[in-house]
Amino acid sequence: MESTVTAGNSEEKTWGGGNEPMGASYGKLMMWFFIVSDALTFSGFLAAYGFSRFKFIETWPLADEVFTHFPFMHGVSAPMYYVALMTFILIFSSVTMVLAVDAGHQMKKNKVVLYMFLTILGGGIFVGSQAWEWKNFIKGEYGAIETKGGSLLQFVDKDGHRVALADFAATLPVEREQLTRNKGKWFMSEPALPTYSIAEVQAGFKAHPGLLIRTEVIYEATPETKVDAKINHDLSKFKQKTVLTREESELRLTQASYVVEGANLVRNEYGSKLFADFFFFITGFHGFHVFSGVIINIIIFFNVLLGTYEKRGSYEMVEKVGLYWHFVDLVWVFVFTVFYLV
Amino acid sequence: MSHEHEYVSNTSRIWKVFGILSMVTIVEVILGILKPDALHLSYLLGLSLLNWIFYGLTLYKAYYIVYAFMHMEGEKGALRYSVVLPVIFLVLYLLFILLTEGNYIYGVFKDSTIKWNF
Repeated sequence: MESTVTAGNSEEKTWGGGNEPMGASYGKLMMWFFIVSDALTFSGFLAAYGFSRFKFIETWPLADEVFTHFPFMHGVSAPMYYVALMTFILIFSSVTMVLAVDAGHQMKKNKVVLYMFLTILGGGIFVGSQAWEWKNFIKGEYGAIETKGGSLLQFVDKDGHRVALADFAATLPVEREQLTRNKGKWFMSEPALPTYSIAEVQAGFKAHPGLLIRTEVIYEATPETKVDAKINHDLSKFKQKTVLTREESELRLTQASYVVEGANLVRNEYGSKLFADFFFFITGFHGFHVFSGVIINIIIFFNVLLGTYEKRGSYEMVEKVGLYWHFVDLVWVFVFTVFYLV
Repeated sequence: MSHEHEYVSNTSRIWKVFGILSMVTIVEVILGILKPDALHLSYLLGLSLLNWIFYGLTLYKAYYIVYAFMHMEGEKGALRYSVVLPVIFLVLYLLFILLTEGNYIYGVFKDSTIKWNF
């Protein structure tokens, strides 16, 4: 009762802890402090992504060609659908969280329990979905060739549809054994060998005259590119990747130096090397936030079950963890736009 | 807690905001799949109209998440602006610097005499 009026307290009161600056409790204010600093951290990451994307604007991978999987739909190109579903799951778990906060204000313990449980469920499904998305990204679908100059070559048929290495690579009777520690003379080993060797890809390409090579470069109809005899002008479209003519494709393939399958932190089959690094780092950092959010939610959930906040007479703790949970949702809204839409 | 400002339950507002966020997401996904040429291929200030729409809708969603879900609209103005304004200012500043610099380096690579990726 004595702290009803926070302004114009006596000197003693101000330093005695009864004062609440900005009308928010200590815990809530500290949560806002944390959120502001974490928001700036994420902004730094996303701005760095933007920096690298602008730096390699001509060769950056196109998102709707990278994320095309949907569970139980094999071979169907379904860009956006899965990530849209993930977004809905996270928004919905935000709704159940805010409903839990609302129920907490009304001191309805059972409702808080129910809504907290749904929130935890939604968070769990989201983290699981992200793991599945990572699995597809790491595994890759088509495979590609890296040239000696560090650029990436992908394969298309005469209609411009992507072709996987597995569909055309020849099988050559060459024995190339994986060097493992137990076979080495010294402490020697090597990274896992790709499924196909460069020679097999080159031989397969020769045997399929309909195949063409698609470069990383995004096509733009400038006066120079319009007369460029190396470019297949029927298949190269504005703001799509450039497709080369057959002669140029064969020439380009002689420069092959590495078979790329899927993605890791060094190289990926989608294009610019930095793309996979940023994808892993930013969605990984966000996924870690969701994961820790789920853990914190579980702790608060059990506290609610045990009646801790009922005894305390306030469910403010639910509100604080709710702030964090909404923040995670907020970050996802931006990650979704930057990685999948733009 | 004695300082409890009169709390009014507003589940109807929560569901309304959920409706708005869902609709905006659906619109984003539809635009992202269709990529209508009229929006995708026309530019405004170096960014395609489609991307302007995406960024606009994202900020629209962000506003509702912060103001409705995080209950910013119920906080005092001092708290509201000391959270929102520094973030907006710093993010715009950072984006301006980094994107300008990224664009500049793109130009340096493009006009250089050394081919670095072929």
